Amino acid sequence: MNLLLFSLFREKKRRRVVELTEKMVVDGGTCEWEGRWNHVKKFLERSGPFTHPDFEPSTESLQFMLETCKILVIGAGGLGCELLKDLALSSFRNIHVVDMDTIDVSNLNRQFLFRPKDIGRPKADVAADFINSRIPGCCVVPHFKKIQDLDETFYRQFHIIVCGLDSIVARRWMNGMLLSLLVYEDGVLDPGSIIPLIDGGTEGFKGNARVILPGMTACIDCTLELYPPQVNFPMCTIASMPRLPEHCIEYVRMLLWPKETPFGGRKSLGLIIIKFDMRLTRPLLTNGVVLDGDDPEHIQWVYQRSLERAAEFNITGVTYRLTQGVVKRIIPAVASTNAVIAAACATEVFKIASSAYISLNNYMVFNDVDGLYTYTFEAERKENCSACSQVPVDLHFSPSSKLQEVLDYLTESASLQMKSPAITASVEGKNKTLYLQSVASIEQRTRPNLSKTLKELGLTDRQELAVADVTTPQTMLFRLSFTS
Amino acid sequence: MAATNASKEQKYDRQLRLWGDHGQEALENAHVCLINATATGTEILKNLVLPGIGAFTIVDGHTVSGEDVGNNFFLSNNNIGKNRAQAATELLQELNSDVSGNYVEESPDKLLDNDPEFFHRFTVVIGVHLPESTCLRLGSVLWSASVPFLVCKTYGLIGYMRLVVQEHTVIESHPDNALEDLRLDQPFAEFKNHIQSYDLDSMAKKDHSHTPWVIVVAKYLAKWLSEHNSQPPKNYKEKEAFRQFIREGILKNENGVPEDEENFEEAIKNVNTALNPTKVPNSVEDLFNSEQCNNITSQSLSFWVMLRAVKDFVHKEGNGSLPVRGTIPDMIADSQKFINLQNVYREKAMQDAAAVSKHVECLLQSVGKPPESISEKDIKLFCKNASFLRVVRCRSLAEEYSVDSVNKDEITSCMDNPDSEMVFYLMLRAVDRFYQQHSRYPGTAKVYTDLSLKNSLNQMGAEPYQLVPFIGKGSNSTCRYGAAEPHTVAAFLGGSAAQEAIKIISHQFVPFSNTFIYNAMSQTSATLQL
Repeated sequence: MNLLLFSLFREKKRRRVVELTEKMVVDGGTCEWEGRWNHVKKFLERSGPFTHPDFEPSTESLQFMLETCKILVIGAGGLGCELLKDLALSSFRNIHVVDMDTIDVSNLNRQFLFRPKDIGRPKADVAADFINSRIPGCCVVPHFKKIQDLDETFYRQFHIIVCGLDSIVARRWMNGMLLSLLVYEDGVLDPGSIIPLIDGGTEGFKGNARVILPGMTACIDCTLELYPPQVNFPMCTIASMPRLPEHCIEYVRMLLWPKETPFGGRKSLGLIIIKFDMRLTRPLLTNGVVLDGDDPEHIQWVYQRSLERAAEFNITGVTYRLTQGVVKRIIPAVASTNAVIAAACATEVFKIASSAYISLNNYMVFNDVDGLYTYTFEAERKENCSACSQVPVDLHFSPSSKLQEVLDYLTESASLQMKSPAITASVEGKNKTLYLQSVASIEQRTRPNLSKTLKELGLTDRQELAVADVTTPQTMLFRLSFTS
Repeated sequence: MAATNASKEQKYDRQLRLWGDHGQEALENAHVCLINATATGTEILKNLVLPGIGAFTIVDGHTVSGEDVGNNFFLSNNNIGKNRAQAATELLQELNSDVSGNYVEESPDKLLDNDPEFFHRFTVVIGVHLPESTCLRLGSVLWSASVPFLVCKTYGLIGYMRLVVQEHTVIESHPDNALEDLRLDQPFAEFKNHIQSYDLDSMAKKDHSHTPWVIVVAKYLAKWLSEHNSQPPKNYKEKEAFRQFIREGILKNENGVPEDEENFEEAIKNVNTALNPTKVPNSVEDLFNSEQCNNITSQSLSFWVMLRAVKDFVHKEGNGSLPVRGTIPDMIADSQKFINLQNVYREKAMQDAAAVSKHVECLLQSVGKPPESISEKDIKLFCKNASFLRVVRCRSLAEEYSVDSVNKDEITSCMDNPDSEMVFYLMLRAVDRFYQQHSRYPGTAKVYTDLSLKNSLNQMGAEPYQLVPFIGKGSNSTCRYGAAEPHTVAAFLGGSAAQEAIKIISHQFVPFSNTFIYNAMSQTSATLQL
């Protein structure tokens, strides 16, 4: 695996060493000073017993890192800020960063490229400015966008992509994008089309870092079971049997807010228009202002009502902080864990770009609640992975099963965990949308299909279903396999 | 001022959810000393300044070199030639205006010569890339003054940390997977009464299905005990039978088909842990048996006074058990039944804490201290965490380095495993020894395979450690590093060390003990006791 990776990089280096981007001229005057890259050079210009078997020490490696190697950082938050710093100080100059968010005051305890005066500004822009001014010669290019707003032409230009995301959906999308860039010639994967993906994640004092070689090693979806779905409280508990302060807060968020529509909006004439879908975390409001977790007035309202609800049931423990935490699904975060995980990821970027050492194979977990604990293992590829195995996944249902059952399987199965899948199939030669949630008019039109059986919908055994979802940039193919 | 507190509350929100307002207060009252503003040093400090420690002081006699600026985010190229402590302080201070930054343009050796008590004022001292002799001198001063000392070093792709603290107590260890304290094997009187107030057989379906699983297990356990000579289910066979016994209690509809009773399913699922006997954890027993617990004086820390009070409680009112924790997990139940059950435990916990309080009062009186010296709040917190108390003790550096007391057993047993990180510990020790003799690091002269490194290792008394197979690879690798400090390894250590310092300052979560080695080549690590 590593030999292949090494040769892939060599090839890319040879092809691209002649391309010099305009800003990457190593300028003796302003950008360099004596000894600047001494710490890095010792790894690029010397050999040692633990280095990669094919590594050849040379002075060209540093040039490659400084001038040619192009890295993409996804996310300019807790991990992203650390990653940008780490990469810039490891001699990478050609860096792009993508982030769709703006800066919030609660970011400042760890996202150290931001200051109070930057609140409200796009993270990508501020981060890039800071790095470029602190690290002479470094050129970070910001993109204030969602990852889904960029296309394959964009992603294809990078040697390595590092993710510091806070959402599994986004990770899966990125994973799917890189898989879609793979080129197969006569069934053989062209190593030149592989873009290594280094992925980091943190939560409180826990974190993980992994190296993914799309098409070769375990991808995000291969190990989806490592991220079990978020558990939401059962509706009957929230509606009539609260026991914990959290239940009271969820009641106000999900039931009381849509009913009372505070801060504007019209109440419907005595009828409460709420659609209940247990899989969604928000009810579909058909009138009224949506609850904004970042608006202190909204949180204050929810807090007060939650206290009232709690008092009704003699429940203690509702606080403002808890209220905000539940409404915004806040995950606690601290600078140190982000520093550790980003550093591990950046080390891998350096190893792969320089081919100086064998890279992490392929998953490391970290936890410093009790001492410091790390565990490193090789996550295995899943034979029938819905993302990377290239084989359409079989869906086993009886012809008398309702379409709703198929939908439930797509969203609830641990290995798929789709969010709001749109299902289309070819029926009697025509492409038919069986169900689609994201457009209200189509949702209304196709909703009756959910209670029809697969047979009634005209579906046949072994036929393909195409499913689109936010968790993947490409449509996923499934094959219906009728059980008796 | 209210305004500054509100904005700090917002800024620190994400970390307050981890260590609470009291943890943050401890941080804001802390003064951290960093010795040597290398990349490792400034990265550690960054992760302390961001969360808002009260103050820091950088001690560094070096001037900034071009090489320093190349791997350090907190030095810029117009600092070259200036004192490193001063240069780094500016850019670190800029990270957080709540923090007060200071610097001393002096080497630690000079300070140790002229004013060793300078170091007594700090909450924790972090020494980065200290030569062995300085490290030992400083270690001795800090040990006598009971100031925690964290030694850190990045050497090529290896990170190293050593914690030196005589005794560090932790009340709030926040364990990841704590067992619940439900007392099903020894129900206290109020719990027994509460259980008796339920009659499962005469309940309507709605109530039956919304009875907390704890009550269900308690009821069936009582029946089982009466039919099994007061012997609870012990082995797998008996527990299976007990689970089946509960299952048979699930209501059936008119066709004899069992209803959907989630609370009963929860009861069955929880049988294993519910039947765990209530006992004082071994770790807490060890603490009960320690010298500090049994010999309370007017100098004793509150921790030991409270521990002794809990021990006395265990032997008296507790009947062999710790104070009841008072919390129960969420479970399927209607609100009233759950809250009532929860209150039974809460009230018992309050009672037990009050009894412990009386013991605390007695102890304080006996050593001539006023009862207010330890607050009710602290005693309640202590009781709630009684099962999770931890005390960390590290050997001094003198003990680690002395030929008489070196931990040979730990070293030789680790070396049985060829992948053990122990080899890097020995390499780093040899590197330090090399530096003491040659005033430079191996691999920094023109020829970078320094054979004299092997000599240093031998001088350290390497033979007893049977290192021969590993020395070759390890020492060549070490020479290749040539004392390089790659930023990413410094940053990994920066995060790790900072969090350990926060644990020391806040007395929450458990610090490592006593040596941590990070191997960036394999992305593995080890904690060793040396």
